[in-house]
Amino acid sequence: MHDKTLTELAAALAAGEFSSRELTQSLLGRIDALDGELNSFITVTAEKALADAERADQARAKGQAGPLTGLPLALKDIFCTDGVKTSCGSRMLDNFVSPYDATVVEKLKQAGTVCLGKTNMDEFAMGSSNETSFYGPVKNPWDLAAVPGGSSGGSAAAVAAGLVPAALGTDTGGSIRQPAAFCGITGLKPTYGRVSRYGIVAYASSLDQAGPMARTAEDCAWLLGAIAGHDLRDSTSVARGVPDYQEELGASLSGLKIGLPKEYFGDGLDPAVEAAVREAVRVYESLGATVREVSLPHTHHAIPAYYVIAPAEASSNLSRYDGVRFGHRCDAPKDLIDLYERSRAEGFGEEVKRRILIGTHTLSEGFFEAYYKKAQQVRRLIRQDFLDAFEDVDVLMGPASPTPAFDLGAKKDPVSMYLQDIYTIAINLAGIPGISVPAGFAGSRPIGLQILGPLFAEPQLLNVAHQYQQATDWHRRQPAFGKENA
Amino acid sequence: MMQWETVIGLEVHVQLSTRSKIFSGASTAFGAEPNSQACAVDLGLPGVLPVLNEAAVAMAVKFGLGINAEIPEVSVFDRKNYFYPDLPKGYQTSQMYHPIVGPGEVEIALEDGSTKRIRVHHAHLEEDAGKSLHEDFHGMTGIDLNRAGTPLLEIVSEPDMRSAKEAVAYLKAIHSIVTYLGISDGNMAEGSMRCDANVSVRPKGQQEFGTRTEIKNVNSFRFVERAIVFEAERQIELIEDGGKVVQETRLYDPDRDETRSMRTKEQANDYRYFPCPDLLPVVLDQAYVDHLRSSLPELPAEKRARFQDELGLSAYDAGVLSSSRAMAEYFEAVKEVCGDAKQAANWVQGELSGALNRENLTIDQSPVTSTQLGELIVRVMDDTISGKAAKEVFAALWNGEDDSADAIIDARGLKQVTDTGAIEAMIDQVIADSPVQVAQYRDAEPEKRGKMIGYFVGQVMKASRGTANPQQVNALLRQKLDNL
Repeated sequence: MHDKTLTELAAALAAGEFSSRELTQSLLGRIDALDGELNSFITVTAEKALADAERADQARAKGQAGPLTGLPLALKDIFCTDGVKTSCGSRMLDNFVSPYDATVVEKLKQAGTVCLGKTNMDEFAMGSSNETSFYGPVKNPWDLAAVPGGSSGGSAAAVAAGLVPAALGTDTGGSIRQPAAFCGITGLKPTYGRVSRYGIVAYASSLDQAGPMARTAEDCAWLLGAIAGHDLRDSTSVARGVPDYQEELGASLSGLKIGLPKEYFGDGLDPAVEAAVREAVRVYESLGATVREVSLPHTHHAIPAYYVIAPAEASSNLSRYDGVRFGHRCDAPKDLIDLYERSRAEGFGEEVKRRILIGTHTLSEGFFEAYYKKAQQVRRLIRQDFLDAFEDVDVLMGPASPTPAFDLGAKKDPVSMYLQDIYTIAINLAGIPGISVPAGFAGSRPIGLQILGPLFAEPQLLNVAHQYQQATDWHRRQPAFGKENA
Repeated sequence: MMQWETVIGLEVHVQLSTRSKIFSGASTAFGAEPNSQACAVDLGLPGVLPVLNEAAVAMAVKFGLGINAEIPEVSVFDRKNYFYPDLPKGYQTSQMYHPIVGPGEVEIALEDGSTKRIRVHHAHLEEDAGKSLHEDFHGMTGIDLNRAGTPLLEIVSEPDMRSAKEAVAYLKAIHSIVTYLGISDGNMAEGSMRCDANVSVRPKGQQEFGTRTEIKNVNSFRFVERAIVFEAERQIELIEDGGKVVQETRLYDPDRDETRSMRTKEQANDYRYFPCPDLLPVVLDQAYVDHLRSSLPELPAEKRARFQDELGLSAYDAGVLSSSRAMAEYFEAVKEVCGDAKQAANWVQGELSGALNRENLTIDQSPVTSTQLGELIVRVMDDTISGKAAKEVFAALWNGEDDSADAIIDARGLKQVTDTGAIEAMIDQVIADSPVQVAQYRDAEPEKRGKMIGYFVGQVMKASRGTANPQQVNALLRQKLDNL
């Protein structure tokens, strides 16, 4: 059962081949057997999952099953879940049990899905390798010496290893697409505002967006349909109807205009990654698409702009972790300042502290204009680059990451880690949707093709990815890890 | 000796009387059990997001319209970042760069009856913090977040005031505008209105401002006046002794009646303002603003002018009676019933205000309704009762003796006797009982008789237990005595 897509599992449940309880039990068994090595889960909610599966089976017996009823999922530990620890990968929230559900969690519950647990992640979603987690790094099931990517590394590894058919991640600068690429799965970052942020622990509010991570674009379409939509509790969610994401999936790609941003094929791009991406583009040409080179001239400003805006917002968003009301509190504080200083010094890891310091600095008097204001101006230019490009082409394609997964512990210098996100970060600054799909391997390590579309073009984007997956089988490959536990 | 001038600007924080908080659905009611009115959003739990309360926006815009301010099409919420235990998110959501209300002005009434315009720089929306409770926790601090997220309108004046009295008049004008508009209960004791005063002094005639200090969180009209007076004197003394005023934040201590330093400019926080990414800019279209404009009640300055021009009241009376919406509404209701503005004004400011002050009540708490008072005045005007009896009736109404003036007049037999025969009988009796006085009267020069008649009037009124019409008694007495 563990190697099936959500779509296949839904069909099997509907046909009565097995029950949700059997499926859930089987996957919990795999987690039990394999995750000690992988470390992709922070919390496994086995009892709740079995009870939910039971309920789903009963609903099905009464003829009340929807398309997602009884399907097992996992949630990045950034989504608030009522009564379940929500750590955000941090010691700061190691003791935090959320008293409420995030909007997307509510929606998935209503759809009848079964949550197996909360997946590992970079602390407060700050990282590109999952190595900043308080709960230790996650390993890449394709190569246990490699990182799974980050920050949604636990979700990506769990799906790739067949511990769960799909999971939710969040993407602030590539945190869904890059780990999806590193782990050989499909991951979609929706348009900013498409999915409610209510109940998602905030990192950088103007960039954060939740999205599905699964084996196929079709599975992502199912999940996006379940979680998308306007939410009165999130003022930045967009009041716009949710289309049927399945409906577009059959459309032909004949006449599709693909743009290849020349800035995405420059220095620092691993030759194996470039070769795989160019091969994927040839597959699209064979499906009737036309290809042209385009330019996104402000691309090289994206990382500097991001590392001003995201830490600025983070420095403010993370101020609430002060040891006063919830989260980590130091022992025996001698006064208020001591309480703040030690609780935060002990509760936050290095990378989080680094970004809080950067953000605090760039917002301070005398620097605000030079950094924050300037970065916002750059952000507008980057957004304009994409709007201009989409005047001429339907989608943009390029690598999701300049290299395949790197070794655990390989990137000690924070800036070299930040450069990992060179192809993903601009997309968050522009607010547009992007998807990463498996498109080959460099040795044992997967390579991801990134496809970008205009604002709210998820139906077209998912279909473009889906058509590729109809023509190729990269997404069906399974790692050797865990095969014997079938 | 050098003549000094005090320069004052006020920042007034007004709690808006929305039912729920500015960014959450929790109740704003005062006085609940600590932390019983703080939801996940108010607690700043991980993952929560603010949603702007439209009622707070409407109230802020009404205030802006009420002071003839510019209402910008777009306003933006910013985060003001600082750590404090009763500030749950580590930032206060406020409006730094694009406030909801632009420049406007407030007219204040000065003691000499003239008026002065005080410019308002802007007014912005923000959320209140919680409260730190330092008592009852044995060396620890309790945090009550019920108030966290209560909507505040911060009204920032230009430094246009030149005395503590003007500052108080301005504060009173703001108080009456917000209560007229129904956007705040204006209850200073419960903290619904608080103010920070920026105070500096300069030699009279000098153009540049002196170095200012900011006195934080003064919460009564009286304290504002005393704090400013103290602070101005302190600054003048300091400068005259060769010292310099330091720009700093000071606290007013009402028990010692002094201000003392809280923190200097060097110790001031860098609040690292930036636009709140969780809230969209507020865009107000003209139709929305026009709709609010059409719903505005008549405001104190307009009312004051109308009371003078149309009702013929003095500037003083018009000022007092328009000072609060409750007062004005009461007065106008009394006037409606009795039909005479001057009588209504006299009674509301005289007998009623006296009684309210004596028992420390506000006009909404008056036991005598406007209808009851109006009907009472009617009975004075149509000569049913004398002025003296009217006071007795008022006291009886105040004590709840009966529902209406007429019922009390009947029950107490206070109806003025206008029956000439009855009055004449009483006069005859008084004349018969006062032979000495009658003899004196008869012997007196006619021009001295006027004074002497008072004695007889008094006796007759006494005999009638105040129910005889004094004018009538007077006239009849003269007739009788002069013809004896």
